Amino acid sequence: MTTVEPPDRIPASLRTEALEQLLTERGLLDSNALDEVITNYETKVGPLNGAKVVAKAWTDPEYRRWLLDDSTAAIRELGFIGVQTEHVVVVENTETSHHVVVCTLCSCYPWQLLGLPPSWYKDPIYRARIVKEPRKVLSEMGLELAEDVHITVHDSSSEVRWLVLPERPAGTENFSEDQLVALITREAMVGVAKVAAP
Amino acid sequence: MDGIADMGGTEGWGPAHPPRLDEPTFPEPWQGRAFALGWLSVELAGWNVDAFRHAVERLDRTDYFADGYFGRWLNAAELVLTDSALLAPSAIQARARNLRGETIEERPAPEPATRDFVPAAEGSLRTVDATPSFQVSDRVRARNIPPAGHTRLPRYARGHTGVVTLVQPASVLPDTNAHFKGENPQYVYSVRFDSHELWGQDTEPFTLTLDLFESYLEKAA
Repeated sequence: MTTVEPPDRIPASLRTEALEQLLTERGLLDSNALDEVITNYETKVGPLNGAKVVAKAWTDPEYRRWLLDDSTAAIRELGFIGVQTEHVVVVENTETSHHVVVCTLCSCYPWQLLGLPPSWYKDPIYRARIVKEPRKVLSEMGLELAEDVHITVHDSSSEVRWLVLPERPAGTENFSEDQLVALITREAMVGVAKVAAP
Repeated sequence: MDGIADMGGTEGWGPAHPPRLDEPTFPEPWQGRAFALGWLSVELAGWNVDAFRHAVERLDRTDYFADGYFGRWLNAAELVLTDSALLAPSAIQARARNLRGETIEERPAPEPATRDFVPAAEGSLRTVDATPSFQVSDRVRARNIPPAGHTRLPRYARGHTGVVTLVQPASVLPDTNAHFKGENPQYVYSVRFDSHELWGQDTEPFTLTLDLFESYLEKAA
């Protein structure tokens, strides 16, 4: 497809406003429906959901086993199966094995567990390079892995979604699930960071 | 489709940076609206998620990159709506220029040509009667198919051999669904590739998995 570029590109914010106005005028758009979508992704769907799954797996050995054996069922139990998160495979990071997730073709991401993807995940730098030189890219992102750690990259090329179960940091043995949730980042659940010790 | 969206292994992007940890969902207000408009445009036009992804892939380089991820949503929404004749071509541009004080004539909206696409069920997972053609531990080769339209078989995997690690549930085939040519649900296989098989002997040692539809694969010796 080719588009003819105007001499000065109109800002996306103005083009968004124009589109919203055009659809509203013609009765095709209910602005409440628009606000509902936005509020849902700003407040209800986010990495807190994934963090709850991880914290439960860290504190409940039976749940951890279930999560690793039948991830979708164990996640459905907590209510986080839905749009863009229909079937999930959870992979566990250990001292010797590190998993990291990408979508090279677009930016597929487990929305119900982690929210909409952060900018680094959508960046061509990450999408292009993590499948070719993961150790180098992770190092540039601030994660140095020892030479004997085996890396597995998961390219999300279908509707299967991948979630990383990070290593539980030392010094959290007496933490409650809620205290653990507060430590867990989306970066750790994609595999570009570890969960830092408190 | 062999375009800019198929980025795996492409060169020239520069170094990665440490993630910003407190990034909001929509750093700018228009981004949330563009996201929601993309979503609602697909509904209005009677399209599906695969057709929307294909619309994103069809954007030219400027429309793909200039305003980032949410810019892609906005521009793909425009493509969905003009393809469905819910908007006249250039309608958004004309209105936007009027919004900033110019006086541009706006063409009347055309007669809508929306799809009456009805999915067989919600979401993408389906039940199929057939048994999976491949099993865990099978050696398989990703077919070397240069796709005419939408596909979820990345360029960098084509022609390469790996091992099935998981048989995933059957799912709607994006290659036909994106073009409204039927759901054709198929099993999906997680296939493990060695980095040297994909990128040659000088590459870092690591493993990569892709989730590939049955028709993308053939048995390898």
